[in-house]
Amino acid sequence: MAEALIKFTDVSFSYSADSPQEFEALTGINLEIEAGEFVAVLGHNGSGKSTLAKHINALLVPTAGNVVVAGIDTRDFDRVWEIRQNVGMVFQNPDNQLVATTVEEDVAFGPENLGIPTPEIHRRVDEALELVGMNEFRLRSPHQLSGGQKQRVAIAGMIAMRPRCIVLDEPTAMLDPVGRQEVMDTVLKLNRQEGITIVLITHAMEEAILADRIVVMEEGRVVLTGVPRAVFSQVETLTQLRLDVPQVTALANRLRQRGYDQIPNNILTIEEMVNVLCQLE
Amino acid sequence: MAMMRNITIGQYIPGESVIHRLDPRTKIIATFLYIVLLFLVNTFSGYACSALLILLAVALSRLPIKYILRGIRPLAFIIILTLSLHFFMTEGHVIFQVGFLKVTQEGVVRGLMMVSRLVLLVVGTSILTLTTSPILLTDGIESLLKPLKGLGVPAHELAMMMTIALRFIPTLIEETEKIMKAQMARGADFESGNIFQRAKSLIPILIPLFINAFRRADDLAVAMEARGYRGGEGRTRFRVLRFTYKDVVALIFVAVFVVVVSIYF
Repeated sequence: MAEALIKFTDVSFSYSADSPQEFEALTGINLEIEAGEFVAVLGHNGSGKSTLAKHINALLVPTAGNVVVAGIDTRDFDRVWEIRQNVGMVFQNPDNQLVATTVEEDVAFGPENLGIPTPEIHRRVDEALELVGMNEFRLRSPHQLSGGQKQRVAIAGMIAMRPRCIVLDEPTAMLDPVGRQEVMDTVLKLNRQEGITIVLITHAMEEAILADRIVVMEEGRVVLTGVPRAVFSQVETLTQLRLDVPQVTALANRLRQRGYDQIPNNILTIEEMVNVLCQLE
Repeated sequence: MAMMRNITIGQYIPGESVIHRLDPRTKIIATFLYIVLLFLVNTFSGYACSALLILLAVALSRLPIKYILRGIRPLAFIIILTLSLHFFMTEGHVIFQVGFLKVTQEGVVRGLMMVSRLVLLVVGTSILTLTTSPILLTDGIESLLKPLKGLGVPAHELAMMMTIALRFIPTLIEETEKIMKAQMARGADFESGNIFQRAKSLIPILIPLFINAFRRADDLAVAMEARGYRGGEGRTRFRVLRFTYKDVVALIFVAVFVVVVSIYF
């Protein structure tokens, strides 16, 4: 089998290492993410999921163990820029990641940093804005956009750098439901249509369901990993980790506790629930 | 608070005129030459010639006159101050006297001259900002400062700072409004009291604003780094400034005008 795109080997990380405030945010993480995969990282606040995300594009480097991205160790300081070109990162606050005064120029910011020739930058900007559906807003300034639109511009800014992987750190946490939908539609399109590897950090279960695989984190460790259906069937474990399960899954679980054994414990969507309920005697 | 929205830095009025389409560098250099001219001439006919140049620029830019006049309004106080200082404080031939205040002929001449200089200066520079978008202005400044890099002028860094400032002004204004509303909802009063009390009531707005601004700066720095930013070295540009024959014509015209006027007047 080919080498995984992203590989964590026994990774530990401490903030302010060797000081009295030392705080271990990651402990012994082993994780592989294949090219083209869509992985959701779930976890409660302070579970280390953002710290994990920052390791993928070398914004942080491990205190122990190593992270290899596209064959490059993130501790190889000379090749940090190569890693950042391969891994795009979208942050939580849509306001604090747009640099330029117009949409098109913001999307051009990454390619400009890579030193790409001007005509090629224009081609990439057109392409990226088209892909996220923000072409008609290209001359607007960021403060004239909604939260969801700003996040789509941020994503376009990543796409213009032609990364193999995009890491999104709670991109929908500050958005309204419409904005969330816009962002998630874009993320899915990138994964399914363009084959870009997606690592989505989130605590919204409805978003995690869409992933190929879920990684659950707690206190800096990976505690659970598997396809969404398998992860969410473990209602008790998730509740112990102070995580919600999707509403329908919780409902299915409660119905089972009341004796409706015919209902499977791995229902994820409302449609599935409707089908099952309609078949009940 | 609604007025804060109306403050747009540079007051750029989009347009398609010849002046609008000139390269920003041309406009910056021309404005600079024009300022030099204003300080070289010291006769009324010299100022009249400078005014002629400005009128030509205004006509070509097809800017509504009211925008240009609006730029002078905030100067009213300074104009009155300048006039009265010169009228009353200059020694010389007394024209008339009110009580102990003497108005001299020299004072009137000097005062009117200073005021014409001031008005022409403001109108001239406002044509630059009215016809050039802040983005192009920044690009122009960066490009013009680049040759000075050897002397330690951080051209790219200055331009980047200006861009980020322009980007965040609306964001910070929005945030200020939000904080003010939050404080008002809890009974804060920004409108009554004397100027000191009102200034004091702004402190609870400024502190959260500053804290948030620092947090934003931190986030933005991380985001920029994640997007491969490492200073101006090896960076290409999305927008490339282009000097055309129109720029050459405009520059030669302004330069010749400035030299001729400053020699003859």
